[in-house]
Amino acid sequence: MTAAAALAKNRYVPAALGLGSFVAFIALVELLIRVGVINRFIVPMPSDIIAAFPRVIVEEHVLQRFLLTAGEALSASILVTIFGVAGGVLLYRYHLLRLATETWVAAVAAAPLVLMYPLYLVIFGRSALTIVMMGFTAGLAPIMLKTLEGLLATRRVLINVGRSFNLTPSQQFWKILFPAALPTIFVGLRLGLIFALINIVGVEFLINFGGLGQLINELAERYDLAGTYAAICFVILVSICVFILMERLERWLRPVD
Amino acid sequence: MAAVPFERIDADAPKLAPANAILTVDDIVKRFETPDGVLTAIDHVSLSVAPGEFVGVIGPSGCGKSTLFNVIGGLLDGYDGTVKVAGERVRGPHPAIGMIFQEESTFPWRNVLDNVAFPLEIAGMPRAERYDRARHFVKLVGLDGFERRYPAELSGGMRQRVSMARTLAAQPKILLMDEPFASLDEQTRLLLGDKVLQIQQQLKQTTLLITHNITEAVQLSDRVVVMTYRPGKVKRMVEINLPRPRSSEIVSSEAFGRYVAQIWSDLREEASRGLDDEESRKLHEGEKR
Ligand SMILES: Nc1ncnc2c1ncn2[C@@H]1O[C@H](COP(=O)(O)OP(=O)(O)O)[C@@H](O)[C@H]1O
Ligand SMILES: [Mg+2]
Repeated sequence: MTAAAALAKNRYVPAALGLGSFVAFIALVELLIRVGVINRFIVPMPSDIIAAFPRVIVEEHVLQRFLLTAGEALSASILVTIFGVAGGVLLYRYHLLRLATETWVAAVAAAPLVLMYPLYLVIFGRSALTIVMMGFTAGLAPIMLKTLEGLLATRRVLINVGRSFNLTPSQQFWKILFPAALPTIFVGLRLGLIFALINIVGVEFLINFGGLGQLINELAERYDLAGTYAAICFVILVSICVFILMERLERWLRPVD
Repeated sequence: MAAVPFERIDADAPKLAPANAILTVDDIVKRFETPDGVLTAIDHVSLSVAPGEFVGVIGPSGCGKSTLFNVIGGLLDGYDGTVKVAGERVRGPHPAIGMIFQEESTFPWRNVLDNVAFPLEIAGMPRAERYDRARHFVKLVGLDGFERRYPAELSGGMRQRVSMARTLAAQPKILLMDEPFASLDEQTRLLLGDKVLQIQQQLKQTTLLITHNITEAVQLSDRVVVMTYRPGKVKRMVEINLPRPRSSEIVSSEAFGRYVAQIWSDLREEASRGLDDEESRKLHEGEKR
């Protein structure tokens, strides 16, 4: 075993290496700004960003905003998971529906849906609901398509095993099709939840309403760059939370590998 | 033909249907619509299996073995003829028939024990009881100690044994196998053959084994049905009068060699027709391009 392979086996070394590189990168940026290679009026110094945290937390109520954005993200994630997977199952189940809609579901998946926000404002008002629905809309198509793909890719022989054991249609779905499609469904969920998050923060920013997106908008307009970046750190925290939840869900549903 | 040391029964001679047959396949014809016209996959195939009997069906690739397997297992319909279990006509999958498929068919998301317990879970057997029964069958196929492993952690031969245990756990009256060892190497195949013999002798399991491997067919069967290539018909039935209990060692005996030679002489013609067919198809594909 080479030294590198031995280190990779250690529990702490990879994590420490990742964190170390991150810290080193921050230190390098700090240094480049201090010596004037990077313009400090465009990129704030990391030390200033860190210093901005208490101010952002106390004066800008970042925790409440964080909870609001996180709540929107969570609601949109739950909605999009339920409707996206159910939609994929419907497309699988009804061949005509699939033929009729698959092409434009794929087109929707690729479209910049964020541009629909004026319409949503009209329908849902300038409220958290608009933001949740935007996130939901953005994440729906990829989850539907990946669910459909996973179900269609279920190996014929596994379906035949179910038939040979006389499974009812509902057993056939829950005991064979769904677990077989799960790995692909989770690929769709990763994509869909990323789309949803981007759109949630983006729309908050655009309509200047609610949580972290609005804060970023305000701080940027005040030209408080350090504060803006500190707020962005909280957006990253939201996405980390969503992904941790999703991984929990995945480990619960798929104990394998 | 006095020199031939075993009985030969011609297919068109009076049908050898024991009165007590548990499985009767009568005059099955299955056609497929293909772009090149109608293809008769199996053509007036009849056979029967007595309780406790082990029957091998052998034929070259593409002769309709899997089609026959699917018809008997009730996974295919739209055929002529009848399939009867204990004298009762069956349409669709029947609980008395357990199927083991040619392709890898374990559930990758279930560990060995949960794979084997699957049919019991479907039948609504209480948890403790079904795990007990599943453990018994895991042991029977020699996989004790691997209960908590997932299929991805097992070799091809082990996975095939998991499928076997899963089917056996449902305790079917008739076991139907479609080339269960086709994707395995020769050594594993022989050893698994031993395992099947052992299990068969232990459970007195009525079995219909489909294979293209002569050694396997002779090693395991009481009777071998030789099929023709396209359309698939029964060409001959051969009684294998080798002593039981058998093991893979029997492969080196002289009587075994004679059976193999006999079946090969029947099969050779069919196999070479299959090969010619394949080659001419490849040639035509080339021309089209
Ligand atoms: N669903 C199907 N549609 C059309 N042709 C089929 C179908 N299934 C099998 N066949 C054809 O029937 C013939 C017998 O196939 P199969 O039963 O799989 O043979 P074997 O298992 O002996 O290799 C082959 O020529 C195959 O191409
Ligand atoms: Mg086959």
